[in-house]
Amino acid sequence: MNASLSFNPVTDFNQVVTYPFMVHALEAGTIVAVLCGVAGWYMVLRRQSFAGHTLSVMAFPGATGAALVGLPISLGYYIAAGVAALAIGRGRARSYATETASVGTVQTVGLAAGFLFLELNRNVLGGPETLLFGTFLGVSQGQVVGLLAVALIALALVAVIGRPLLFASVDPDVARARGVPVRALEITFLAILGLAVAATSQITGVLLIFALLVAPAAAAQRLSMRPGIGLALSIVFALVIAWLGLGVAYFSIYPVGFWMTTFGFGLYVLVRIVRARVRP
Amino acid sequence: MTPAVQLTSAGVRLGGQPVLSNVTLSVGRGEFVAVLGPNGAGKSTLMRAILGLVPLAGGSASVLGSDPVRARPRIGYLPQRHGFDRETRIRGVDLVRLGLDGARWGVPLPFRRAARERQTTERAKIATTIELVGASAYKSRSIGELSGGEQQRLLIAQALVRDPELLILDEPLDSLDIPNQIAVAALLKRISAARGVAVMLVAHDVNPLLGYLDRVAYLAGGRALAGTVDEVITAPKLSELYGAPIEVLRASDGRLVVVGQPEAPHHHGHRHE
Repeated sequence: MNASLSFNPVTDFNQVVTYPFMVHALEAGTIVAVLCGVAGWYMVLRRQSFAGHTLSVMAFPGATGAALVGLPISLGYYIAAGVAALAIGRGRARSYATETASVGTVQTVGLAAGFLFLELNRNVLGGPETLLFGTFLGVSQGQVVGLLAVALIALALVAVIGRPLLFASVDPDVARARGVPVRALEITFLAILGLAVAATSQITGVLLIFALLVAPAAAAQRLSMRPGIGLALSIVFALVIAWLGLGVAYFSIYPVGFWMTTFGFGLYVLVRIVRARVRP
Repeated sequence: MTPAVQLTSAGVRLGGQPVLSNVTLSVGRGEFVAVLGPNGAGKSTLMRAILGLVPLAGGSASVLGSDPVRARPRIGYLPQRHGFDRETRIRGVDLVRLGLDGARWGVPLPFRRAARERQTTERAKIATTIELVGASAYKSRSIGELSGGEQQRLLIAQALVRDPELLILDEPLDSLDIPNQIAVAALLKRISAARGVAVMLVAHDVNPLLGYLDRVAYLAGGRALAGTVDEVITAPKLSELYGAPIEVLRASDGRLVVVGQPEAPHHHGHRHE
């Protein structure tokens, strides 16, 4: 790839979209950004960032394990995230007090298992860098369609449970008293989060998923307390981070995960500074 | 009109243990009733029985003229709780709105005329209710940044916004300072009188409520005694209820002190009642 920046946005954009791999990457990035903007907003509201992080780490043994037994790697992402989501949901049901400890333990075991699977199968997968830190090379048309299907399912679920989930997240006791099925919503949300994480880690890698999942949502919640506006901002921020990250990575020798994380971090810091100055 | 709550010889068992037995209690429409008694006397359990969340082991319960489970949609309930975390970033007005639509599935489609009209009515309803509890000044601020008294008013508005016929509040005064306890008691009296809503409030201490209550129900040892404050909170009546000598002292400003209540048996172990 001999990309050079002309500093003319139109020329640069045309240059980027000449290549099918870039078009696929932008499509995939757009899909996962919208999904992460929504799932991340609820995750930050519910303070489940640690659970989200664990779900993404579990994608590592999922992907390497799938490769080891000859399953499609993307299927491995979904299976691992799904199993981890159910495990976390069960742990949460038993006790909130031990949640972080048990989630942390599962996370470490997951990483270790992933490393083992990788060592057993190094000739197929290469090094762990791509799985851990992401790549946007080689997102296929089929993968984009798969991501779109997953995103539509997850977003449809959110649309159905959105308000009761908001109620259960803000005030579970009162919600339960009103007949909202708090437990079922919790499991459903973890499943949605698992889908979002499994989809996104295929682009950003399992370790840098937070660029799209946490940073946009956290920045959006700093800026607006209104659920509708907050969700919209979260989506917009995630899109900006994804597009900027992919665009800049195209012209740079640094990987896309690094750029997305940098833009995500920059946005969050910027919002915090602005908030601190605007507030009396 | 049927009373809001009519319990006849009602009993409740939790985990095989009798928590309440032979409780007879009537709460009229628009009445403001405090449910008093020591820790572990079964106050929260009584409320949960009225809501149909725990079944009766004996006797009968009629709530708003039907059985408790069927009446639940017409009851506003504020469970015993701790305040919101400082970092809970949601506006007071959105919290009140959850009382109206928080249990509704799906997304509202604003381009449909019926949905738009409903939205307008609901917005007006939310504004009136917030006005009623006197929370208009801070309804757009983050709930986590509000004081305990302000949070409590918004929670009362949330419970009231669906026009319940019965409002059940479990220790809503617990975390408030005395002036705020009195202010919330006055507010509840005003609401019960103005809207004809029966209000049942679980409390530790009757004093902030004196002057606002219509009646009290005093629970001890699994049994209940109901009547006006002057009828119930007397040395002979409470001694009989507790089965132990009790003294009731009245301070010069009218405050009541109940002396000599034995420690309540712990019916459900570690659970904080």
